[in-house]
Amino acid sequence: MPSHFFLMIVFALLVSLVFAVLVKDDPRARLRFGAIVFAAFVGGALALGWLMYPLPL
Amino acid sequence: MREPTAARPRARDIALLCVVAWAVPGAAHLWLRQSFKGIVFLVVLPLMFVIGIALQGRLFPFEPASPLVALAFLAELSIGVPFLIAEALKLGAGQVTAAAFEYANAFLIVSGLLNLLVMLDAYDVALGRKPRNPPGEPR
Repeated sequence: MPSHFFLMIVFALLVSLVFAVLVKDDPRARLRFGAIVFAAFVGGALALGWLMYPLPL
Repeated sequence: MREPTAARPRARDIALLCVVAWAVPGAAHLWLRQSFKGIVFLVVLPLMFVIGIALQGRLFPFEPASPLVALAFLAELSIGVPFLIAEALKLGAGQVTAAAFEYANAFLIVSGLLNLLVMLDAYDVALGRKPRNPPGEPR
């Protein structure tokens, strides 16, 4: 059974790949946009995870 | 300013394109000769659906009494043929006690929702709202 973190990385990778190919046409722009979306997914999930760490109070 | 197009596509062709785009993710882009986009969608979207099934996600039924379940059904249905195959094979019963159950549902639902975006993109390309030969596509 893969870890939740691994599944989150796979999910973020696949979704950011589709977004990048869908939204941008230039290969360099795709790479940049995909990297930003991927970082936003993973960074956002980690930030939310830490924010929710003390819950339930 | 919009580029002039050679001929405006017929409504029937557009409708057929949308049905193809729904049924097989990426097929409409392959039809429109956007091979890179088509192959990426053809691989990634069914892969996400398969991951969702393998992680014991649930294929939701259409239950109008439960709006969220009905919406989840519509989202999963949007992936097209992979959904129909999984239904026919009685996959997607869903194991709510599985450790990755919610992740699996996220994979299943998001794969369908992404295919809706792919359908819209193919529609825009067919109507000439987006370029048919962008720099990222081989001529």
